[in-house]
Amino acid sequence: MKQTKVVLNFPENIVEDPVTYHLIVDYGVQVNILRASIDPGKQGMMVVELSGEESQVSHGLNYLEQVGVQVESLAEEIRHLEDRCASCTSCIPHCPTQALEVDRESWYVSFEPDKCILCLSCLEVCIYSAISVKERLY
Amino acid sequence: MTKTIEEINAKIRSGTAVVLTAEEIIDVVQEKGSKKTAREVDVVTTGTFAPMCSSGAFFNIKQPKDKMKLGGGFATLNDVPAYAGLAAADIYIGATALPDGDPRNSNSRPGKFRYGGAHVIEDLVAGKKVTLKGGAYGTDCYPRKSREQLIGLDDMNDAFMFNPRNCYQNYNVAVNLSDKPIYTYMGKLKPKLGNAYYCSAGQLSPLFNDPHYRTIGIGTRIFFCGAEGYVVWPGTQHNPGAARMENDTPLTPAGTIALIGDLRNMSLKWLRAVSFAGYGLTLSVAIGVPIPILDEEIVRSVSVTDNELKAPVVDYSEFYPRGEGAAKIGEVTYEELKSGSIRIKDQDVPTGSFSSYAKAREVAQHLKQLIQNGDFYLTQWQAPLPGANTGKEATI
Ligand code: SF4
Ligand code: SF4
Repeated sequence: MKQTKVVLNFPENIVEDPVTYHLIVDYGVQVNILRASIDPGKQGMMVVELSGEESQVSHGLNYLEQVGVQVESLAEEIRHLEDRCASCTSCIPHCPTQALEVDRESWYVSFEPDKCILCLSCLEVCIYSAISVKERLY
Repeated sequence: MTKTIEEINAKIRSGTAVVLTAEEIIDVVQEKGSKKTAREVDVVTTGTFAPMCSSGAFFNIKQPKDKMKLGGGFATLNDVPAYAGLAAADIYIGATALPDGDPRNSNSRPGKFRYGGAHVIEDLVAGKKVTLKGGAYGTDCYPRKSREQLIGLDDMNDAFMFNPRNCYQNYNVAVNLSDKPIYTYMGKLKPKLGNAYYCSAGQLSPLFNDPHYRTIGIGTRIFFCGAEGYVVWPGTQHNPGAARMENDTPLTPAGTIALIGDLRNMSLKWLRAVSFAGYGLTLSVAIGVPIPILDEEIVRSVSVTDNELKAPVVDYSEFYPRGEGAAKIGEVTYEELKSGSIRIKDQDVPTGSFSSYAKAREVAQHLKQLIQNGDFYLTQWQAPLPGANTGKEATI
């Protein structure tokens, strides 16, 4: 079993293709859509969690790249700027997956990119501008 | 057995003073009892690091050759308006000040408030220069009518932070009972008790450790954003008559202090501009107050724990803004708040804070180190803060 979270960037020409359908039906990959912004006729972006057998997932990813979908790993998308973070914990009740978490012994806040679903809730509530996101996700 | 501040300072001088943080003392008292602890411990350090809106700085700017009277004219720093109703070269900038062009909450709510007074202060402390623009009407003694110039702390004769109200003794826990998200000075509150925010360092917070202001008074030397600072007055809205628990700590926001310190000695580690979406700007400041262990009663005060400190839960959708509904919908301890979830109206409500406990600890540890190294001495206050029975009140 392999599970991976990725960001799919769709160029204009394939935004309307049923890419997720093919992933599921032809490659047997389970697709869990975490976040999406797709305008027909324009570029699109989707954050998905893919799961299945190791080979299913890697064939699925190959397929995506073949049809022109750019696949990026999630960790590149959102960053927790540790030198700006004051460990105030104001992001904690807004983070749905505990990607941002506080150690209740040391009281320092840390970020685990693998758990992040790019909901962007933390971006708005972090008063220290310690969360940075690539521009196009706004 | 009692000690005096002079005796404690003599021990600091000889390097023999025993200093603990307000957190470390808790276990010591439990183990040794308050009598023995009073004998053995000399100073307890407290700390807090949190947004405190009533913060700002006074500057005196060196005059150019043709002198200028900013007083009665106007002044901006990086386009953020400063108060110029003082003498020729004195201005004050408050943390919450915004440039005229900022969209505030008007274009699209919530406003982002990316730059303002707090950032000007942060930039100056970081050693950056900011653009001073000034306008004046011109007089025989101050002929110059306008000025535009990059200035940093070196271009000023004086630069000190003066905060009329910091360090609240206890604070509300904010929640939202309505069915819409709201943006407040206590953060983004999700509808229907979706989350709760608190803002106090609890057992490390300075005024929680000296509930009746026995040792914290006018003239008390403190650690202030990396510099030495002083308590100069009771803070605005100082409200010592608030209801108190048996351990003397207040159940609602109560005492406050006005603080002063030299901006030149402050550092970004201990001072930061912050932006609250939908609300505005403010400045987070680090404050550490040493408490001399003069007797057993003070030991009891400083060993207070999070489970003995309570805060009121207040609805910020109706009660806070409009005074509608119940003033208080619950009461929780800081221990409960720090567990990550509190129980209100039969609901589990996730909590978060604006006061950084990690940083509060760093402040208390740092001040402890300064005292142990002989780099910080205690002072006796020159006048007390108004206490619980003085009739001093505040309507907020
Ligand atoms: S984007 Fe969402 S999931 Fe990711 S860290 Fe921020 S709040 Fe958590
Ligand atoms: S809200 Fe921002 S500064 Fe506060 S703990 Fe989270 S990431 Fe750090």
